Amino acid sequence: MSEFAVPFHWRNFKSRYNLIGSRCSSCGKYFYPERSICPICKRTVKMEKVKFSGKGRVFTYTVIRVPPEGFSSYAPYIVAIIELEEGVKITGQIVDCEPEDVEIGMPVEAVFRKMRSEKGSGIILYGTKFKPA
Amino acid sequence: MIDYSKLKPARDVAIIGIGSTIFGEHWDKSLRDLAGEAGSKALHDANIDPKEIQFLVGGNMSGGMFVGQEHGAGLFADHLGITPVGAIRTEAACASGSLAVRVGYMAIASGMYDVVAVGGAEKMTDVYGDRATSVLAGAMDQENEAFHGLTFPGVYAFLANRHMHDYGTTREQLALIPVKNHRNGALNPIAHFQRKITLDNVLNSPLVADPLRLLDCSPISDGAASLIMVSADKAKDYTNSPIYIKASAQASDSLAVHDRENITTLNATLVASKEAYARAGLGPEDIDFAEVHDCFSINELIAYEDLGFAKKGEGGKLIESGETEISGKIPVNTSGGLKAKGHPVGATGVAQLVELVEQLRGEAGKRQVENARVGLAHNVGGSGATVVIHILSNER
Repeated sequence: MSEFAVPFHWRNFKSRYNLIGSRCSSCGKYFYPERSICPICKRTVKMEKVKFSGKGRVFTYTVIRVPPEGFSSYAPYIVAIIELEEGVKITGQIVDCEPEDVEIGMPVEAVFRKMRSEKGSGIILYGTKFKPA
Repeated sequence: MIDYSKLKPARDVAIIGIGSTIFGEHWDKSLRDLAGEAGSKALHDANIDPKEIQFLVGGNMSGGMFVGQEHGAGLFADHLGITPVGAIRTEAACASGSLAVRVGYMAIASGMYDVVAVGGAEKMTDVYGDRATSVLAGAMDQENEAFHGLTFPGVYAFLANRHMHDYGTTREQLALIPVKNHRNGALNPIAHFQRKITLDNVLNSPLVADPLRLLDCSPISDGAASLIMVSADKAKDYTNSPIYIKASAQASDSLAVHDRENITTLNATLVASKEAYARAGLGPEDIDFAEVHDCFSINELIAYEDLGFAKKGEGGKLIESGETEISGKIPVNTSGGLKAKGHPVGATGVAQLVELVEQLRGEAGKRQVENARVGLAHNVGGSGATVVIHILSNER
């Protein structure tokens, strides 16, 4: 993974830390993270800011055994697509769960965790993970 | 829906020359060496003077991150020895190569140029494995997928687990795909892996991203492939066996898999195949053989369904039936596919067309499909945010 300067991470804090996304005022669909153009309505419409509850279910998952740069000390780890109760889907790790215990449909909730740290600059990255609910 | 009957290309395009390096770990060759080798083979095959080339299009996913070399357009023109003609580098992750074919096709079909060289090249083994995994992960949503430690095997594992859950597709059915592709690769003198593997080999190989194992995954390869294309009216000036591009089609989708309603299908394949079939005036039943994007076993199975070779959910039955073998009704990946032939990402889309041309000329040797008249190539960028499809025929 490429190393990025502070602004790259700083501007993503809102969505990474708080699960803030958008709701299209025209079609009512939810998106995460925030978008300024609704991909369903195909035009710029009023997108309202929303904070997701963080509760949802596992839509699909995998266990990463061969990790990319920066993640080797965490492998094996579970990554899943979570369908939040608002209907939006997001990608995130599942923690406090053994790889053999995760399954499609499993209820989960969001938790705030350390992701990894940048090798060169030492910046520690935080974000949202999920744990069994 | 676009009405393709009103969007006819100004003129037909033919392929008159093909060239490819062996795919594999070329520790003794650089990106420029590989591109030059494939390009000069194609020029030789077309029996054309390099001075006749009017334009160049080269596919390359990430020369910048694999070997620190951007500006593929200049690099390829220089090392193919065809400066000062204009050149474009195309990039759409693993579909970079077929995008080069498509841009070359459009350059001729529009009437801008008569003679175009197209190529694709990637040099992947100059970096360590975890670096290569990270570079490839750049083709997914960097901020919302890769940030969480997701890898490409992981993305396709998402699709596999959901396909198994929704349709009862089995682990064994998935494993039959790399077994078939290695059987074909063993017959291909330019394949990265020219040896057979067994079902047990696949099922006992190490897990990479559950449920996908090492032998479900295409390898990290170096390689390049090239085509020489001309306007169809001029093709017979160069060769007695031109191969015609009947359709070039492309579609897009969300960059991140989680933004899709349905993840057991690649919507961009559905859309691009509709365009390709409409432009060629053909349907899936008219396709004699296909090269499809088997970057991971599950993706070939999903391609069977999305291209119309099998009903939705019945890709597993199709591989079990044996009909996608070279001797079957719809042979798929006669070259060995990305799995056995190798997957130098920028070269792959061009290499798929090299195999189609060999088959349609009747020059595929032990891999030859009987009465091959119409072939289809399906090339996927990332997890399907780009899909490019070409249909070729030996009849105009």
